[in-house]
Order: sequence, then structure tokens, then C-alpha cells
Amino acid sequence: MSKSETETVRKTAELARLALNEAEMPKFAAQFARILDAFQAISKLDVEGVEPMTGAADLTDVMREDRPKPSLERDAALANAPSRAGDYYSVPKTIGGDA
Amino acid sequence: MSSRFADYHRLDAVALRDAIVAKRTTPTAVLETALERIAALDPKINAFFVVLADRARARAKELDAKQASGAPLGALFGVPIALKSNMCLEGVEANCGSKILAGYRPPYTATFVQRLLDEDAIVVGMTHMDEFAMGSSGENSAYCAAKNPWDTTRTPGGSSSGSAAAVAAALVPIALGSDTGGSVRQPAALCGIVGYKPTYGRVTRYGLVAFGSSLDQVSPFARSVRDIELVLGVISGGDEHDSTCLPLAPTAIENSNDVRGLRIGVPKEYFSPSLAADVRAKIETAIAKLESLGAQAVPVSLPHSEHAIPTYYVVATAEASSNLARYDGIRYGPRSNGDGSLQGMIAATRHDGFGAEVKRRILLGTYVLSSGYYDAWYKRALKVRRLIRNDFDAAFKDVDLIACPTSPTTAFKLGEKVDDPVAMYLSDVMTVPTSLAGLPAISVPCGFVTSGGRELPVGLQLIGPSLADGRVLRAARVFETASREHQKLAPLALEGASR
Repeated sequence: MSKSETETVRKTAELARLALNEAEMPKFAAQFARILDAFQAISKLDVEGVEPMTGAADLTDVMREDRPKPSLERDAALANAPSRAGDYYSVPKTIGGDA
Repeated sequence: MSSRFADYHRLDAVALRDAIVAKRTTPTAVLETALERIAALDPKINAFFVVLADRARARAKELDAKQASGAPLGALFGVPIALKSNMCLEGVEANCGSKILAGYRPPYTATFVQRLLDEDAIVVGMTHMDEFAMGSSGENSAYCAAKNPWDTTRTPGGSSSGSAAAVAAALVPIALGSDTGGSVRQPAALCGIVGYKPTYGRVTRYGLVAFGSSLDQVSPFARSVRDIELVLGVISGGDEHDSTCLPLAPTAIENSNDVRGLRIGVPKEYFSPSLAADVRAKIETAIAKLESLGAQAVPVSLPHSEHAIPTYYVVATAEASSNLARYDGIRYGPRSNGDGSLQGMIAATRHDGFGAEVKRRILLGTYVLSSGYYDAWYKRALKVRRLIRNDFDAAFKDVDLIACPTSPTTAFKLGEKVDDPVAMYLSDVMTVPTSLAGLPAISVPCGFVTSGGRELPVGLQLIGPSLADGRVLRAARVFETASREHQKLAPLALEGASR
């Protein structure tokens, strides 16, 4: 597996907040490359002037009245938390300026 | 009256409800029969992640009393149903087949589940699935791969594997799945049952854990089309909680039993060499059957079909990478500490919690959305998506429905495709185009082929233009009545039961 392909996967994994260890890297990189290769055909299509289609429902700017109403109870919202401190989710302290 | 209902496994939901309403049986007798069948047969097929026996029994008792009181009875009165594990029922674990949501109990109930409960259906359990609905065989589950009741060495298809297996084994007459690229239609075809994906936006997604938001649709499984029509009438229609749900009334059943004059397009691109010859023969016979009923088969072309798989996998993985960003060990699911920093915790949680296929798709999706690649991959794929939709719109100017296979093959062996992601992706080749286009599509049983001495089901796919759900279902129902293939039960479903 080429160094640049592995580098691409490494950088992408960082963007995705997904740790990949060195043992997994070659297999993922190889599969990644194979998948992208299989998908190359769409790069050759003529899509000049074609409007992108984000979804099938013909809905835009679906709005409702800006009226507050009851929402999820705090305890219900916190019930699945792996770590809770009072009324808050508890997370590791951010170190220095690196969040 | 008997404490069990001997006909349970033979009846569809409509007939089951009729039997209960006519007092030939009771909700409790039906429920106990279902639980007994699940206890005896589920170990062979692993359809269920959890069986909610106590909850279901309590509800059945309430329904017994409701019936005795003379109150009006819901459209699904006493019908046992199963839900895919990516659906929210308050307080019931919905782990989406993933370790990262192990123990997650939703604090709310999905709109479409509540609508079924309001019509007196009884949820008996949550079914196994491919992790986060990513897969075509059930083998990507972090918990258990379900098995095909027609041949337990084969997959039931995926990602709604357990729901398909549960219905095919007649453990429940109805199960909900979700169809993003074929995850209900393909298992329906491989399991010899009916599976239906509505027009995108016809059914609310509130309470369906999101994978690909512009593709996902709640999609029912049943053993008859009339059951699908019943369920769709209950779950469809506008929902203020889902801004992608069309603000329409629930679907209405087309009362016609007629397909005379219906023009049915047969797309040449779906009959390529990748389609197994024995499957092809069954599909051609099915189309001939429709013609004998008065429909007219017309050749059509969907020229961009060959680009559907890459387009789908770019769009779906992009959306998935965004939708799965929320699994970070902060609000739900198990947490891994990593190096102790916040970012380290998040990265380690996601590494430990996600399986390989999910990681692959998150990586792919993140890549195609990233700076420098967005235009070349994601934006381009959205344009090809438009071209694919245009192909269908053009065809539907000339025909009323399109008929084609659902799956290029019958059920494949467990383990056969796990090491080759691309081969697995190709199982979806006949279902992803309609997902991209947002069109209604059904898979209905159309016969069997024999492999290794076992009969394996084949599914016919019928596709309609946007919002022609009624027409698709009507044609499928007429076909089903004429072909009678749906009446055959898997041998496993008949084990221990009176014939």
C-alpha cells in the first residue's frame, strides 16, 4: 500500500475523530483504495448543467410557529450518559488550548 | 377457549385481527402462541435481539379487557409485531446492532411506532440488524447474524435481517425494517416475503436512528400485500417532528383488483449478465404473469443505472459520516478513555465502538466531503443522482410501473462475501437506484429456485413514480393473488406446528 494512500486514510480518520491503530491501517487503506477505484466511473460522466439532487422530498424551508413548548426532561436526557455530574454530562478536561 | 391459536402461523395480520375480533381467539392466546413459537424457533434463526415477553403479556391482557368492554378496536388489534433495533420504543434498548449504543434506551417513542401502538399492535421484540443499517447480510451486526429460515446456512439479507427472518419464520406476521439502499426489499426477496419501501417522505423518520437522511425510509415486512397496505395506512402521513416528512394524509388503499391496461416498463439494464440465470427466468415468468392479467410489458431504458452503486455509496456514506458524528461517548453508549484527553476519548470510543464496515463508510463519507474532494466526489454524485432520477421520470412518461428483479442472486451463504466489501455492495445494485430517486418500490415473492437441494425464494420488484404507492401496492397485490407464491411457508416455519 502506497505511503500517500495510507496518509490519506490517516488524515481522513483524524477528521472523522476515529482512531485507527497501525495494525488496522494497511487493510483499511487497501479497501479504501479499492472502493474509490471501483467508483471512478462517475468521474467520467458529463454532468454539465445538472442540478444536484440532495433529496427526494420536494420540501423547502419547512417552518413552524416560534412558540416554546415542553421538551425532554433533563433526567431523561441524561439517563443514557456514560458519565454524569449533577445536571451535566461529564467529559475529560480539555488540555491547554487543544479542545 | 383454547390458550393457544393453532392457525397463528398460517394467517396474515388482517386475518389474525379478524379472528380476534370475531372471538375465535384472544389477544392473549395469540401472543402466547407467538412467544412459544419464538422460544422454539428463534434459536435456529437468531431474529430477535430481545423478546419483550412481560411487556407484551401485560399489553395483551389490556387488550383482552378492551375487547370485553366493547370499546372500538384498533386496526392492528392484537397483532404481534417486531421492530428493527434502530427504532425507538421508550425504555427499550435500541443498539442499532452496534457496540457503541450498547444499553442505549431511547427516552421517547418513534412516531411510526406510536401509531402502531395506538392501533393496538403488540411489540414483541427488537430484531438483529447490520450495524447502523450498513450491510446486506446481517453479518455486520456487533451482536448476532440472523439466518435465513429457508436455509440456515444462508443469510436472510440485510440490513433488516432479523425482521425479515422473523416474518419468514412466521414468528410475527409483521415486522418493521428500514430501507436506505434496499435493506428491506433485498431481505424480503431472499426470505420469500413482501417488503415495501414507500416514496421518500411518505412515512416519518422521527424515531428511526439516522444513517442516510435523504435515503432512509421506515419499511414494513409482511407475508401479504394487504398487510403492507394496512400498516402503511397506519404509519404514513405527516408528522410535525420530521421536516422531511411530506404533510399528507395517510395512504389510502386502491380498492381495484385490476391491472388491465397497466403499462409495465422492463428496464434492459437490470437484466445484465450479473443477474443469475435462474433468477432471471423467474422474473420473466412473473412479468408474463402480469401480462396474462392484462398488463402490457414495455421495454424501457434507465441509462445511468450502472452508476447507481458508486453514486449511492458516495451519497450514503457522506450522510452517514455526518449522522454518526454524534457517537462520541458523551451522551450515550459506552465510553473508552483513550489517552484521557477529550479528543482522545472521542477517538478511542469511536474506534472501540464501531465495527469495520461502519468505520469504512465513515472514512469514505468523510473523505468525499472533505476540502478538495467535495466537488469531485460528493457534489458530482448529487448530480449523477439527479440523472438517475431523470431516467425514471422519463420512463414513467411512457409506463405506469417498472418491473425488475430485487436481487441479482438468491440468498448467499453466510461468510461468502464478508471479506469483499465491493462484492457485498453489488448485492444492492437493483435497489439503490430507487433509493436515490426516492421512489416507492416493493419486493413480492415470485417463485423459487433450487440450490443444494433447498428451495430459495426469488423476489419481483415493482417500482412506481413518486407518490404512486397505492398503484405499486395494488399491482403487487393482484400479482400475489394470481401467483400464490406467498402462501408457501419456509419448512422451518412449519416445524412443530399443525399443518
